[in-house]
Amino acid sequence: MASSEPVLLANVGRPDSHTRAAYEAAGGYRTWRGVLARQSPAEVQELVRASGLRGRGGAGFPTGQKWSFLAQDRPGPIYFCLNADESEPGTFCNRVLMELDPHQVLEGLLLSCYATQAATAYFYLRYEYPLAYRRVEAAIAECYAAGYLGRNILGSSYSLDVFLHRGAGAYICGEETGLIESLEGKRAWPRVKPPFPAVEGLFRQPTVVNNVETVACVKHICERGSAWFRSLGVPPDPANPRDSGSFGPKLYCLSGHVARPGCYEAPLGIPLDELIERWGGGVWQGRRAKAAIPGGISTGLLRHDEFHCRLDFADPLKFGCLGLGTAGVVVLDEHVSMVDFLHNSCRFFAHESCGQCTPCREGTAWALRILDRIRAGRGRWQDLELLLEIGDTLGIIPGTTICGLADGAAWPIKNAIRKFRDEFEAYIRASNPDGYLETHPVRALDDRHLQVRS
Amino acid sequence: MTLQLAKPAPPDDDKRWKMVEVTMRRSGYASHALIETLHRVQGLFGYLDEPAMNFVAESLGLPLSKVYGVATFYHLFSLKPQGKHTCVICTGTACYIKGARELVDGLRQKYGIELGQTTPDLELSAVGARCIGACGLAPAAVVDGEVLGNLTVDQLLARIEKVIHDAT
Repeated sequence: MASSEPVLLANVGRPDSHTRAAYEAAGGYRTWRGVLARQSPAEVQELVRASGLRGRGGAGFPTGQKWSFLAQDRPGPIYFCLNADESEPGTFCNRVLMELDPHQVLEGLLLSCYATQAATAYFYLRYEYPLAYRRVEAAIAECYAAGYLGRNILGSSYSLDVFLHRGAGAYICGEETGLIESLEGKRAWPRVKPPFPAVEGLFRQPTVVNNVETVACVKHICERGSAWFRSLGVPPDPANPRDSGSFGPKLYCLSGHVARPGCYEAPLGIPLDELIERWGGGVWQGRRAKAAIPGGISTGLLRHDEFHCRLDFADPLKFGCLGLGTAGVVVLDEHVSMVDFLHNSCRFFAHESCGQCTPCREGTAWALRILDRIRAGRGRWQDLELLLEIGDTLGIIPGTTICGLADGAAWPIKNAIRKFRDEFEAYIRASNPDGYLETHPVRALDDRHLQVRS
Repeated sequence: MTLQLAKPAPPDDDKRWKMVEVTMRRSGYASHALIETLHRVQGLFGYLDEPAMNFVAESLGLPLSKVYGVATFYHLFSLKPQGKHTCVICTGTACYIKGARELVDGLRQKYGIELGQTTPDLELSAVGARCIGACGLAPAAVVDGEVLGNLTVDQLLARIEKVIHDAT
């Protein structure tokens, strides 16, 4: 695939790239001035719809369509929530944007708020990003000082206030209705949908929730046009009527066992092996890769013979993964035990399940206990079937939970066991040679054995 | 005529309660300011105890159960006193496969604490994070707010030693 110049990361690496002066010297806020003076909100919305931009937070929902669902007939304000609660393991592209180019994010936020006619925006930032907090806070203050925010912005009739809100360490706040509940000062329990936030969201008003990278893309769509955006990436698959294409640039976070981990920008659809070889410098220490996570652990696993998978919204599905997710790629080399990997993944989801839906609360916790038992040398053949049964019945896709956290918990289980079954069987047989064929119910481990070891 | 509710009195005459009240006043004592207020209390006092939660609950017009529910839901809030220094070890996937376990083992061997525990002399708390978004720097830890990447056990222990030593 032809390389293209970076757009989202264009300013990263420049001196003082987080300041307004540096951002404006590179042409920043020119788009905001131009749009405010010459374009109507409907025109911006149409531009974004025509660009085919899909949400970068993980689900890949078309952004223009999301905006068009906003209830226009309701009295009262429209709220815009910027989802900067990036906490999917393996993902850090939003942090890079907020720390090194916060004004790009803010300009995108301003344009998105203008397009949706939101008068109040909440910037929901996870607590674990202290540097991003300071930089975004300073950037918002600079915007107010420059008149890009506040009442009657740049002499127009449009007014907008942005409030920066810190989370308190909960993965579930990245789910849009969980985020809304958290903004209201409550436990971040996702809401039953419908009503969708576009109809009834924050403070029971129409609300849009978009990811940081999504609004950054909006800035570039307004600047360069929707045709430019559609010139990058992958057109829809004609064989799949539900695929609306994967257009535009994307930030890929590469970590794990690669020589050069980092955040790289490429048009959507770069094959995984190209990303690892060309950008990441190959697998570290001359080893071979065993597997990779395509987009944050929720999306599952690709085996090393599936690395030709294109990283766009459609292709990972063909390999049994949940989707592109956040494009946080973690490479696992041949020394990683899949049992340990799955244990770590299950521990994450058991810890982060909000506890609202029984299948998720119990399912994630029991999957972890089963893996604890396997690692304590008490595994059985049938545990693999049991884990798969848990995996297959958890989540929105089987229809048993309110939000997608459980799908994210289920996919690593399903992919790891189905794609690496030999390794699990060998582990169980070797660690429990006398009892691995037992089928009668076994007693749960007592607390002494369950002491969590990382 | 508006109904004026009596303002609840702070648990004691510690000056820091004034700063908590400022935070609540700024949002008009709205219930959605709860998380920000708890951040403030924890930032000033180090943890949330029952008198503090009671005070916040009464001030914001919320039942104590709601405040307790929020305080226990979010991982960042602590109901127990924390050590003077904190070491957060990331156990996200990338850090895990690149050696977070060794970091935890090193901490246990030297200080005798697991993740989530504090040394008896209240010098050091060890905290496990699920992913701090520093995957490119794996394995990563945060010692007193400073992110350290590509860590070995020795580097981590040396750093902790230093922050404890410098403070005394």
